[in-house]
Amino acid sequence: MSQRAEKPLGWRRWLLAETPWSRLQAELGQAYLAALSFARNRLAIVGLSLVLLLLLIALFAPLLATHAPDAQNLTMRLHPPGAAAWFGTDELGRDIYSRIIYGSRITLGIVSLVIILVGPLGLVIGCAAGYLGGWLDTVMMRLTDVFLAFPRLILALAFVAAIGPGIENAVIAIALTAWPPYARVARAETIALRHSDFVSAARLQGAGALRIIRRQIVPLCVSSVIVRLTLDMSGIILTAAGLGFLGLGAQPPSPEWGAMISSGRRFILDQWWVAFFPGLAICLAGLGFNLLGDGLRDVLDPKQR
Amino acid sequence: MARVAVGARAASAFRGVAAGTGRTLLVLALTFFGLLLVTFLIGRVVPIDPVLAAVGDRASAETYARARAELGLDLPLYQQFAIYVGKVLQGDFGRSVLTSNPVLTDIGRFFPATLELATLATILGVGIGVPLGVIAAARQGRWQDQVIRVVGLLGYSIPVFWLGLVGLLVFYARLGWVAGPGRVDVGFNDIVEPMTGLILLDSLMEGEGEVFANALSHLVLPAAILGYFSLAYVSRMTRSFMIDQLRQEYIVTARVKGIAERRVVWRHAFGNVMLPLVTVVALSYANLLEGSVLTETVFAWPGIGAYITNSLLNADMNAVLGGTIVVGAVFIGLNMASDLLYRLLDPRAR
Amino acid sequence: MRHREWVFGGLMTALLVSPAFAATPKDTVVMAKQIDDIISLDPGEVFEFSGAEAVSNIYDKLIDFNIKKVSELHGRLVESWGVADDGVTYTFKMKKGLKFASGNPITAADAAWSLQRAVILNKTPGFILTQFGFTKDNVKDRIKASDPETLVIVTAKQVAPSFLYYCLTANVSSVVDSKLAEQHAKGDDFANEWLKSHSAGSNAFTLRDWRANEDYTLEANPNYWGKKPAVKRVVVRHVAEPSTQRLLLEKGDIDYARNLTRDDLNAIKSNPQIATQESPKGNIVYVGLNQKNPNLAKPEVREALKYLVDYDAIQRNILSGTYIVHESFLPDGFLGAIDDKPYKLDVAKAKALLAKAGLSGGFTMTMDAPGSSPYTDIAQAIQAGFAQGGVKLELIPGDQKQVITKYRARNHDSVLLYWGPDYQDPHTNAQTFASNPDNSDSSPSKTLAWRNSWNIPEMTKTTLDAVGERDAEKRAAIYESLQREHQKISPFIIMFEQIEVAAHRKNVDGFIMGPSVDTNFYEEIRKN
Repeated sequence: MSQRAEKPLGWRRWLLAETPWSRLQAELGQAYLAALSFARNRLAIVGLSLVLLLLLIALFAPLLATHAPDAQNLTMRLHPPGAAAWFGTDELGRDIYSRIIYGSRITLGIVSLVIILVGPLGLVIGCAAGYLGGWLDTVMMRLTDVFLAFPRLILALAFVAAIGPGIENAVIAIALTAWPPYARVARAETIALRHSDFVSAARLQGAGALRIIRRQIVPLCVSSVIVRLTLDMSGIILTAAGLGFLGLGAQPPSPEWGAMISSGRRFILDQWWVAFFPGLAICLAGLGFNLLGDGLRDVLDPKQR
Repeated sequence: MARVAVGARAASAFRGVAAGTGRTLLVLALTFFGLLLVTFLIGRVVPIDPVLAAVGDRASAETYARARAELGLDLPLYQQFAIYVGKVLQGDFGRSVLTSNPVLTDIGRFFPATLELATLATILGVGIGVPLGVIAAARQGRWQDQVIRVVGLLGYSIPVFWLGLVGLLVFYARLGWVAGPGRVDVGFNDIVEPMTGLILLDSLMEGEGEVFANALSHLVLPAAILGYFSLAYVSRMTRSFMIDQLRQEYIVTARVKGIAERRVVWRHAFGNVMLPLVTVVALSYANLLEGSVLTETVFAWPGIGAYITNSLLNADMNAVLGGTIVVGAVFIGLNMASDLLYRLLDPRAR
Repeated sequence: MRHREWVFGGLMTALLVSPAFAATPKDTVVMAKQIDDIISLDPGEVFEFSGAEAVSNIYDKLIDFNIKKVSELHGRLVESWGVADDGVTYTFKMKKGLKFASGNPITAADAAWSLQRAVILNKTPGFILTQFGFTKDNVKDRIKASDPETLVIVTAKQVAPSFLYYCLTANVSSVVDSKLAEQHAKGDDFANEWLKSHSAGSNAFTLRDWRANEDYTLEANPNYWGKKPAVKRVVVRHVAEPSTQRLLLEKGDIDYARNLTRDDLNAIKSNPQIATQESPKGNIVYVGLNQKNPNLAKPEVREALKYLVDYDAIQRNILSGTYIVHESFLPDGFLGAIDDKPYKLDVAKAKALLAKAGLSGGFTMTMDAPGSSPYTDIAQAIQAGFAQGGVKLELIPGDQKQVITKYRARNHDSVLLYWGPDYQDPHTNAQTFASNPDNSDSSPSKTLAWRNSWNIPEMTKTTLDAVGERDAEKRAAIYESLQREHQKISPFIIMFEQIEVAAHRKNVDGFIMGPSVDTNFYEEIRKN
């Protein structure tokens, strides 16, 4: 987007042509307009920068960290922030700054895993239920009712307690509790699309249900699911951190931010930095995703703000 | 995360109403049955031996076997479930191993604490969130809107347990403005006879001013922190409802007529937003019941969230099942109530 | 009724004034403690740390030991006692004129009823008595009051008399007010249901109220035969977080904080309002190495791992003031306890031993540990130590009950846990650390040796025979050599012994802390 100004005027005119000559041109034009409107939203840019920063930090963690994340130094326990340790050290003398840097990998890992699990699952269930209707729809929606009737964190807690603590299990538990809303969204969109002309046209051409769902319905539901996923990311981060805080998520010595807050909780009165910085990291990461999602929604989904 | 779920919940509630009460009840019953089944199954696969919770680690083999039989754990799974459902239908949730009380008694004791917390939080969240949302909508795109947007989004980004810890550090430990964890100071324990279980109400009814003051001072911080999360949700929803209204033709007409902008916003537009807001408030209330799990842990608040968590970690499955069912019921109940209110207040709603 | 301050006044007080003048009432002592482990306050059933402390302040026993010198016994409710020449018949003479809190007289019949009750109910601590051969069928003949002042106990076989005596100092042997209790009995439950949350004892306090996970309240017993407590009421409130306990103490909201960590204790050192007191507790922190793991079954590996723990550094940096280094299975103060510390961090030696075992390239193992402080810190420090020897330790923290469940199923590689003695005789720890009568998976006896699949027929025999040795000196010698052998070959890395520290406001003192959880007494606490 920063290259906007450098683009030759001809390109712009081509992109914004009122009567595009090709489908590609029309789509590119749409995307360009969306990007323009996104770029005008300063908060969204801040969000994007935060998310990019998070990605870069995770990518270059070994270069950015000053210490190994697990390196203990019991004689340097609970040192306040300073030149030796920028964010101070924790109860085992580990460098908190380096741990937070490495922790970004875990956070991003959790978020991406949950998304990979939840997005497709919710999409498929929702589209199938919405398109096919009948008893399948009823069963699926009752199932989501049951899941939605649970307070989400309690359900995740219960799942993790059942399958044992740990980062993989936390991901599974979060995914298990997160899919119903996506199924609902996809289903609602599908029902709206079901009787539209192009779907009817496809049906008349003899396309089977599976093919219609795959080729016509799913692609159209993707954008709203993506917007929701972006907005949901901070929720996933928070749930994962909450599980870590309760001792059911990532396990020591893993530098997961929620678990770091949990262990720093004991020292909050005197060594505030142990719990403070990981919390700040969670806030910034969450805020980044939220601002980005908010901006994306304004662009992609102007119906709702 | 709350928004998506809430939106879907609202949608489900709408459909329920449209389909009529009979079907709604059936759905409700099915949902409850599913709730029971899921919690029950989870309870049985928890990698903690429930007999351990009852007799501890040192009991002799004989004592252990007897306790296992007493808990009904030697029966096949489906029988255990059938027995459990049968009892629940008679209003018997069994006995908690940890507290050795009937689970219903425990819930009766812990639930009001959560209710008190969530209620005050909602009052704070709505009281501040709604005006903020209206201002943001009226000043859409300007700095007020941006500030309120960031404040709201921060509410979706901050871990509640962390905010609680920082709040305790600053307002209790350093500044001494509020009282610490727990519901009242130890010295004020047992002065008030629990009638409603809500200390604020009980102490007022019994004229115990000091207890009231102390309880309020304990409640303010956790309620404010939970209230912030409610504020985030309420203010954003208010803003978007208001923007919808402000685009309507009657607003344009009113403005053209020269009615003061303040009046246009607060009287005309806001008047029409109040209805959908009722739904939002009810949903936010339901979400706070959930959000209280972590808050209660941080503030040592003896509420239902802490009760369920603690029971879960100790494989006290009767307590977990009972607690979850009650929270689930309140959850569903609030959804339906908000819906009903909406229908009652607004004849246009189907 | 307190003065009426209505809403506005209340609000103002709440927001502006209240935290400033927090103080506990004069006649009430308030403690903050982790008491969520309590599931019953019936002395025949109680076995949790917090419950044991409460019960020992409510109920009295026939005899007790001197908390300063555990080897000395004295009568509580009896004036004299002894064993006949047959070695199995014990006679106890009750003191005269003593009363329960209810006003009922304390008789030998109450004592007999209480012990019979504990055996017949056979709740968790029941084994402490049933190990002398009492069963629900024979106990009424073996334990009985021959007259209102004389209690006779007949054991199944000869044991060291001190073994029985120390078991009678355990909470399960408390004397219960049988008249009062029987009024509340339901069916054949010996009032178990009622006694879970009510009291029928004769010690310095009575139970006013217990609310699980919240608090328990004791009130001075007006009929107590000893010196009456100086305070009317003791409230023990559950506060899970040590840092919160400390805050409450610093603010004066409580008089005692019972679970402060090393760091909290350091932080309050400079506070002129606060003092601390401490007492060693018999709780021992150890790592158990499951012999089902082929690597850990090698003696060289077990020894090598013992050399890979930096006992001193962990104690100094993580545990100082709350634990001391202790490497043998009997806690200080027990008959036969030794102070040998053969192991310290020695990476070179450990590497040599591992090489000898054919594992010079190191190996990977897991360790289950409770996910709470200080265990997570200790576990991570052990992990760092093992890594120096090339042993990759993967931690599996979990809730304590979860760890124990897995431990009892013998599904662990290694486990970090603690063990507290059940009564004040060395047999309690020797039996669990050094005996394993049946190593099969279905064994009814799940001793710690069994849990780590450590099959030791010879050592088991030595251990079980030791309780029959009636000469105290010879018995002590057996335990000493047993522990030295144990240190060399056992799959237990015994590391630390707990010191219990209580921090209190300077204006309150007199809390008695003994060597075990059931010897912490409130009766002499005073407020100035």
